[in-house]
Amino acid sequence: MKLDKIVEITQRYPEKLSRRKLLGGLATAAVAIVQTAKGQTIQKAVSENAIYEDPTKKFGTPAGEIGTRSPYVKSVKKLSDISSRSPLQDFYGIITPSDLHFERHHAGVPAIDPNKHELLIHGLVEKPLVFTVADLKRFPSVSRIAFIECSGNFRGGKDNLTPQEICGLTSQSEWTGVKLSTLFNEVGVKPNASWFLAEGGDAAVMTRSIPVKKGWEDSIIAYAQNGEPLRPEQGFPVRLFNPGWEGNTSVKWLRRIELSDAPYYTREETSKYTEPIKEGKYRIFSFDMDARSIITFPSFPQQVEKGWIEIRGLAWSGRGKVVKVEVSTDAGKNWQIAQLNDPILDKAHVQFRYLWQWKGEETEILSRVTDETGYTQPTLKQLFEARGSDGGYHMNPITAWQIKKDGKVFFKPETFK
Amino acid sequence: MRKTQYFILFSSLSFFVSATFIDTNQVKVADRESFLDTIPSSFGYGRKATQAEIDRLDIDVRPDGKGLPKGEGISAKGKVIFESKCVACHGVGGIGGPNGSLVANKTPTDKRREKTIGNYWPYATTVFDYVRRAMPFNEPGSLSNEEVYHLTAYLLNANGIIDEKAVINAQTLPKVEMPAKNLFVPDDRKGGAEIR
Repeated sequence: MKLDKIVEITQRYPEKLSRRKLLGGLATAAVAIVQTAKGQTIQKAVSENAIYEDPTKKFGTPAGEIGTRSPYVKSVKKLSDISSRSPLQDFYGIITPSDLHFERHHAGVPAIDPNKHELLIHGLVEKPLVFTVADLKRFPSVSRIAFIECSGNFRGGKDNLTPQEICGLTSQSEWTGVKLSTLFNEVGVKPNASWFLAEGGDAAVMTRSIPVKKGWEDSIIAYAQNGEPLRPEQGFPVRLFNPGWEGNTSVKWLRRIELSDAPYYTREETSKYTEPIKEGKYRIFSFDMDARSIITFPSFPQQVEKGWIEIRGLAWSGRGKVVKVEVSTDAGKNWQIAQLNDPILDKAHVQFRYLWQWKGEETEILSRVTDETGYTQPTLKQLFEARGSDGGYHMNPITAWQIKKDGKVFFKPETFK
Repeated sequence: MRKTQYFILFSSLSFFVSATFIDTNQVKVADRESFLDTIPSSFGYGRKATQAEIDRLDIDVRPDGKGLPKGEGISAKGKVIFESKCVACHGVGGIGGPNGSLVANKTPTDKRREKTIGNYWPYATTVFDYVRRAMPFNEPGSLSNEEVYHLTAYLLNANGIIDEKAVINAQTLPKVEMPAKNLFVPDDRKGGAEIR
C-alpha cells in the first residue's frame, strides 16, 4: 500500500484503524538508535507502536538537501486537457507555492538549457542586442509580488465545484528580474515604436503583441520566482511578466522581442483571447484583469459546524490595489466589510477574512471586491447584461456558496438563459 | 546691502525646500530621481545581434505583409498536404476533428457557432504566421514556406474566401479581405464604477 493511500485512510477513519495495522509488513525492520552505557551507538529493535505513535521516542529524519511536504498534506493542481489549476482552497496567506502555480501552455513545457538560451531584442531599436541569461542577471534587478491570472478563468454550471475548479487559473509569486524599460533604454527603442511582439521558445513559439507603453510602465523580464530560478512550467529560464494583465501576455520561455509600429494580430490575440460583447462584436486586446474575489473557506466540498466561522478568501485587481472586500452571509441582502490582511499590494492577491456566527440556517455566503479605480466586482447577471453575451474570456463574477442545513457547502451555479 | 538681502532670500528659500522634503512622497520622488541619475546611459551588456541571427528568428508576419517570405501556394496542393498532415486533428475538409474546426460548417448541428478562420479570423496573414510557427501539432515548425503558402491557400479557399485558382504569395495574401475583419473592437473597459 502506498504511503499517501495510508495517510488518506487514517485521515478518514482515524478511530477505526491503527497505524500498526495499516503499516503491517511495511515496517518489519523497525529499529531505534540507542546509546549504551559505554557510549557506543547501537541499533535496537523496538516495537512498532513505540516508534510510530510517539515521535519523541525516535530520532527523526536527518537534515536534507531539499525540503519535503508532510505526507499528511496532499495539495495538488487539478489537471484539464490544456492546463492545471491552483488549489486556492488549500492556500494560506498570499504566496502560491511555486510547484502549485497554475499552468497553461500551448505546446507543452520546453526543456531549455539556460546556458544556451538567449533573448534577442530588435526591430525599431537603435542597436539590436542579444542577451544571455547571465547578461540579464547583471542588470539592476527588481522584485515584485503580484498575481498572474489566465483570462479564461471561470467555470460554473454545477454545484459540486471547488474554488480550484471555478477559478484556479490564478496564482501569485514574488517575481524577480530586470525591468523591460531598462532593456528598452539599452537597445534604444525608437520613438515610433508603439507595440512590441513577445515570442516564446516553446513548440508553439507563442506570440503576443504588447503596447510599448506597458513595457515602459511595469513589465519585468523575470528570471526568478519566490527566491529561486523560474520553474520550467513558469517559463524557465526567462519570461515576460506584465503585472495585472491577462496571463497569456506574460509570454514564457521568452526568446525574442521585436519593436514595431503596429500590432501583429497573432493567432493568440485574434482567434483566442478575444471575447463577445454587444451587437455581435468581439473585444480585442483586452489586457487588464478586472477585480475579483472568492471565498475559499468555507467552500465545496467542506462541511461546517454551527458556531463561529472565519470566512476567508482572496481578492485582487489588475488595475491596482484592493480597497475593500465585502461579505454577505444572507445571500446578498446585506453586506459587511471584511478585514484585509497585510500586505495589500498593487495588482496582487490580498487575503480577506470575516467572522461569522452560523446558527444552522440555510443561507448563501458571497464576497465582492472594490478596487482603487472604484470598480466593484459584478454579478454574473450584470456581466451578461453589460456584454450582451453568455461568457467568454474575462469573466470575474461574484461567487456564491450555498450553506445547507447540515453544514454542507455547495457552489451556487447561475443560469440566465 | 543687496548681498544681505540675497542671503536672507536664499536662506528662506532653502528652508522652504527642506520643509517640503519632510513630506514622505516628496522624499520618495527625490530618492528615485537621484537613483535614476546614477544609471548609465548604457550598461554595455549583451552583444550586437547580427542580421543573420535576426533573420533566423524573425518569423512573424504582420497584416500588412511585413515578414512574408518568398514562395507561393495554391489550394489544390494545400489540400494534399492537409489530408496527410492536418486532417487527424482538424477533420475532413477542416470541419470537426478533436482540435477544432478551421472551416465553417454550413449545416451546424451545435447551436453555438464554432469559431473558424472563415468567420472569426480578421487577417489572412495570421493563418500563414500561425501554421508556420506552430503546426503541425506533432511536428511544429517542420513545414517549408512553400507548404505553408499551399495550406494557407487551401484553408482560405475551403472557407470560401478565395478562388480555387488564386495564387497566394507575399503580394496577394495581405490583400485578402477576411469576413471577420470588422468583427473586433478595442477594449473599452477602463475601471471605475461602470461594468463593461
